[in-house]
Amino acid sequence: MPLKITGAVDPELLDLPWSVPLETWPKDTLAALPRGISRHVVRFVRFRGRVLAVKETVAPIAQREFDMLKELGRMGAPCVVPFAVVDGRVDKKGEELPAALVTEHLQFSLPYRALFSQALRDDTLGRLIDALAVLLVRLHLLGFYWGDVSLSNALFRRDAEAFSAYLVDAETGDLHHGLTPGQRHYDIDLARTNIIGEMFDLQAAAELDETVDPLAVGDRIEERYKELWETLTAKQTYRENVRMHVAERVQALNELGFDVAELDMTQTSDGSELTIRPKVVDAGHHSRRLLRLTGLDVQENQARRLLNDMDEYRALMGNEEDEVLAAHEWLADVFEPTVRAVPREFRRKLEPAQVFHEILDHRWFLAEKDPAVTMPAAVASYVKNVLPARPDEQSVLGQEISVGDDESGTPREAPTVTTMIHAWQSLPRTGQLD
Amino acid sequence: MAKRYAKICATVAMVAAASVTVDTTHGTLHHGSSGTYLPVKGSITMATVTFDKASRIYPGTERPAVDSLELDIADGEFLVLVGPSGCGKSTSLRMLAGLEDVDKGSIWVGDRDVTHVQPKDRDIAMVFQSYALYPHMTVADNMGFALKIAKVDKAEIRQRVEAAAKILDLTEYLDRKPKALSGGQRQRVAMGRAIVRQPQVFLMDEPLSNLDAKLRVQTRTQIAALQRRLGTTTVYVTHDQVEALTMGDRIAVLKDGLLQQVGTPREMYDAPANVFVAGFIGSPAMNISTFNIEGGFANIGGNKIALERDVIGRMSDADNGQLILGFRPESLDRVAPNTEGAFPVEVVVVEELGSDAFVYGQLPQVLAAEGAAVSNDGQVIVRVDPRDVPKKGENVWVKIRQGEQHVFSSATSDRLSDAVTTDKSATV
Repeated sequence: MPLKITGAVDPELLDLPWSVPLETWPKDTLAALPRGISRHVVRFVRFRGRVLAVKETVAPIAQREFDMLKELGRMGAPCVVPFAVVDGRVDKKGEELPAALVTEHLQFSLPYRALFSQALRDDTLGRLIDALAVLLVRLHLLGFYWGDVSLSNALFRRDAEAFSAYLVDAETGDLHHGLTPGQRHYDIDLARTNIIGEMFDLQAAAELDETVDPLAVGDRIEERYKELWETLTAKQTYRENVRMHVAERVQALNELGFDVAELDMTQTSDGSELTIRPKVVDAGHHSRRLLRLTGLDVQENQARRLLNDMDEYRALMGNEEDEVLAAHEWLADVFEPTVRAVPREFRRKLEPAQVFHEILDHRWFLAEKDPAVTMPAAVASYVKNVLPARPDEQSVLGQEISVGDDESGTPREAPTVTTMIHAWQSLPRTGQLD
Repeated sequence: MAKRYAKICATVAMVAAASVTVDTTHGTLHHGSSGTYLPVKGSITMATVTFDKASRIYPGTERPAVDSLELDIADGEFLVLVGPSGCGKSTSLRMLAGLEDVDKGSIWVGDRDVTHVQPKDRDIAMVFQSYALYPHMTVADNMGFALKIAKVDKAEIRQRVEAAAKILDLTEYLDRKPKALSGGQRQRVAMGRAIVRQPQVFLMDEPLSNLDAKLRVQTRTQIAALQRRLGTTTVYVTHDQVEALTMGDRIAVLKDGLLQQVGTPREMYDAPANVFVAGFIGSPAMNISTFNIEGGFANIGGNKIALERDVIGRMSDADNGQLILGFRPESLDRVAPNTEGAFPVEVVVVEELGSDAFVYGQLPQVLAAEGAAVSNDGQVIVRVDPRDVPKKGENVWVKIRQGEQHVFSSATSDRLSDAVTTDKSATV
């Protein structure tokens, strides 16, 4: 069977060394990204200024996972974007090689092991677990049973003070119209077991702080999941002031970042009580609002932070009337000058929205000494004092990260230089540039 | 790649060669299906599994995905659920695991009704063929960490891990890291994770589907051997009837959510209960077609095939003078042209497998036109002597060996004739 590529429309994909087992691909094609724990051979590949993740597996499984990721993406689930399935691979002697699933690497995303190798701020671990709990709830709301929930099977992006988690490995998953309690409980139980296993492994590698109790970390995902699921889906019964209670419930869900698609309301037979159960569609309430107002496509908590700043700006400018106009002015006067003040050489470190969030934090810190500190002054101080010390996270290239799963024992690949940075180039241009 | 296969071949051979130990101090004896005595857990718990008219009806659908399934699985048995995609086999397994609701009926493990019990409280382990192993933990820790989570005593964990390692031939690797293991050994560590939990039942859902063809054949032998040594009740799902025949003590064939037949591989091969099972079990597939019955003979374009009187007696009016006849490729003998009861087959393709050869042919057009089509597309498969293979385009005359016809009602598709034993039955 000749080499067959489905999915990608890029013929240059044919130029990758498909006739060589992935384990022995030449170093100059590889990007030295940290690898998670995987049951397959997985490598990151440089491709036209992008980074692709290539996973070897059998053809039907690769195709199934490709279709599953496509479908999940269509439904708005936070997951990696499938790029292609490569089948019909043979080596130089004509021996068959496994098929490959190719996905696009998520820019500025980090595997949990990479976060552990950086200097950790307090409770990073807790925030990772919380992000995974949110991801699991979101997937369950969509009817996706994961079947192998773990920190390794997710990627994390900084999202203001928190993290956002993305599904990376959908191989064991299934889509259903709705999940049974058994499916949800089994997923939670797997998550708990896998996370504790991952903590044991960090412990064995002497990478886990001695004060951390692996069992407590595992319990946290179960607790967080249950809390969030209850908040999002619980039935509530009211006797009076129904209209107010409904409004409150919807607002509380919005605060959490979830939009409500429908409310199931059931009146008791005597008409004295009303039971409501919200049907939550998806997270992304704030990010959708920001996208609508400014065209900025950022993550939920970043969006919340940016919107707060925008609302403050609007109040300050006395432009309470027109939200869209105020948003446009805020973008041109505040957001863009701020992120564009970041020198080019530092732009691989963090996403623009994350930089903006950190500058707001930095300004708050400076304001303790000088309450009148301006945004440009805060930016200058941040660029001078904070940003240089931050690691590059655009695609964590060339970092020495102990993943320990490098069976080949070969030295790590050379650092890769990436010049195209989509997130920074895609900023809307409104005129006021640096 | 080739090197990796060689390594795995070697480890599979080791498993097969290892002797079965009889532990009279720690365990009771279980009389395994293969006739060997196997050590089992200390206390006697009958891990039978019973589906009692269990149904799963997905919301918004009318036809049940699994329809009143009645199945008794014996303690220590390896039962394979097999059928085409959408037949309800995976759903049945997930109902037992607690991942699918049971809308009607109940499911029992031993004398316990587990219909509404949480998955983790059912004492059932879903076994995955390939877990990701933790790189910094030893093989022993990789196998035993779930027990540590369950706060099992350290000495007990070590004991269970050592026992599992012995069965899996991993004893000498227990204190090494996964890095030091071959691919096959890593897979066995993954099995070890489930074994140390000592569940009452193992569940496996297409566990070989992510392996390539060669590795699949090797691993299935390994799993079957391992299950027989452990004696733990196992329910295994596959769409591959060859996998089912080679692994299961018994096989349950499902179609459209309905159980078609349960039996040993040999029973399924020799006496398929209906046309569906007849066509599904066996490779190459059985030749199956509908014939007009005249005077106790099935008629293929003037060539008459004699049928047993008993079978004819079981025909009903609803059959409308027709019966469905099935005969396996090995049930056809090559005979001289125009022999009584024989019919010609035009050779289209010859598949030579060394020990066997199969002719994929069709009835000559003259006969096919007379409504004597054999199997739906008129194809006939014949096993021939590999040292005497006909040429493409040639006509060969074949005759169904005496008593080797499977006869089914054309009205109900149910079996009318007795079991058939062919020379291939013994190998199933």
